[in-house]
Amino acid sequence: MIRVLIPAHLRTLAHLNGEVQLEIAGEATMQSLLNALEAKYPMLLGTIRDQVTHERRPFVRFFACEEDYSHQPPETPLPASVVNGAEPFLIVGAMAGG
Amino acid sequence: MSQVRVLVGTRKGAFILNSDGKREHWNVSGPHFAGWEMYHLKGSPADPNRLYASPSNGWFGQLIQRSNDGGKTWEPMGNKFEYDGIPGTHQWYDGTPHPWKFARVWHLEPSLTDPDTVYAGVEDAALFRSTDGAKTWEELSGLRKHGSGPSWQPGAGGMCLHTIILDPRDEKRISIAISAAGAFRTDDAGKTWRPINRGLTSEGLPNPNAEVGHCVHHIAAHPSRPDVLFMQKHWDVICSNNAGDSWQEVSGNLPTDFGFAIDVHAHEPETIYVVPIKSDSEHYPLDGQLRVFRSKSGGTEWEPLTQGLPQKDCYVNVLRDAMAVDSLDSCGIYFGTTGGQVYASADAGNNWAPVVRDLPAVLSVEVQTLQ
Repeated sequence: MIRVLIPAHLRTLAHLNGEVQLEIAGEATMQSLLNALEAKYPMLLGTIRDQVTHERRPFVRFFACEEDYSHQPPETPLPASVVNGAEPFLIVGAMAGG
Repeated sequence: MSQVRVLVGTRKGAFILNSDGKREHWNVSGPHFAGWEMYHLKGSPADPNRLYASPSNGWFGQLIQRSNDGGKTWEPMGNKFEYDGIPGTHQWYDGTPHPWKFARVWHLEPSLTDPDTVYAGVEDAALFRSTDGAKTWEELSGLRKHGSGPSWQPGAGGMCLHTIILDPRDEKRISIAISAAGAFRTDDAGKTWRPINRGLTSEGLPNPNAEVGHCVHHIAAHPSRPDVLFMQKHWDVICSNNAGDSWQEVSGNLPTDFGFAIDVHAHEPETIYVVPIKSDSEHYPLDGQLRVFRSKSGGTEWEPLTQGLPQKDCYVNVLRDAMAVDSLDSCGIYFGTTGGQVYASADAGNNWAPVVRDLPAVLSVEVQTLQ
């Protein structure tokens, strides 16, 4: 079970109180994680990445195991400790706005 | 007993203001979608409990939400706004080609007859339509592709399609406005479009009378006379008596003819309202006095309406979609300010009072008259 933390605005949108738990079939990558997240919570479509290009939205960042995955290719495998649920995958709204 | 429901979009969410027909006491609900910019929300004329809303923010992009119970509960709808084909380029501020890219929805216009049909005006400028209650969206790309699109440039607020006017006599006729391209009209339900800017003069343009390139701020029409359009341009208040085929200036004795909002009295098609703003670099009323100006003759002769409005030290703005009217016997006029006030007049503008004073900056105001 993969654990995902999403920003407060998106938790409200998806009617979530805490972290998301996802089952991913096949290799666990950032792309398959986001696919699974959007399939389970379709109201999140377009909020994390563009629906057409799948480009990450500029003010959204990805972190795991204290590493910034924001600029990694979508097919980047998730670290083992995220895959086994020891660590969450963090989707973060960047601090911005002055 | 009649009721009035005022839908207010703000920088940090939506608020819904309810009152009975007297419009003396108000119930305020909100914020709905707290923290999200609400450029616009509007109810369906065909089903007043069907509301469409367009929350967005810089982090998480554009959402579309729908309510079937007058705003008590909401559900997420489709937010995929994909331009038809390869979008190409328009001009950037410096005149260089700039790729067309979706940024946000500025305006939602529900069909006059079908609760499931709704139009969305977006930035970068395009018109989308949904016929399934906002689940899916299709671009009416004849507008963007009619020929002048590559020459369009954004106004200071972005290249937004902000005004959509549906003709109650003919559902195939739609007029729209874009900052800073101008006004356009289709007579075949969006397949083909043409500019309707003859008579507009914009001194900042290389050709002040150009066919496109004008910074139209808002257009209003009375449903009983859909061929009569009233426009607040960047500078100038102007009028067309032939659905935009030609325009004449009606700024008349306004103290300044810069502004954003314009609207028409519900029962007097010649009575119109504007809120003059000092200038394009000073987005606040002249002399710190918040004044609505009313013309009972379709423009040219204007009178200031001040009773109940702040007449000193007031430096707010009233944005293009932030004025609306109700259709009660004594027509109510409403407008919101960037200072977070929503003012209402239950007597066609003679007397005003704030409904709320301390909301986030108001981006849009719409009114539903409920029987």
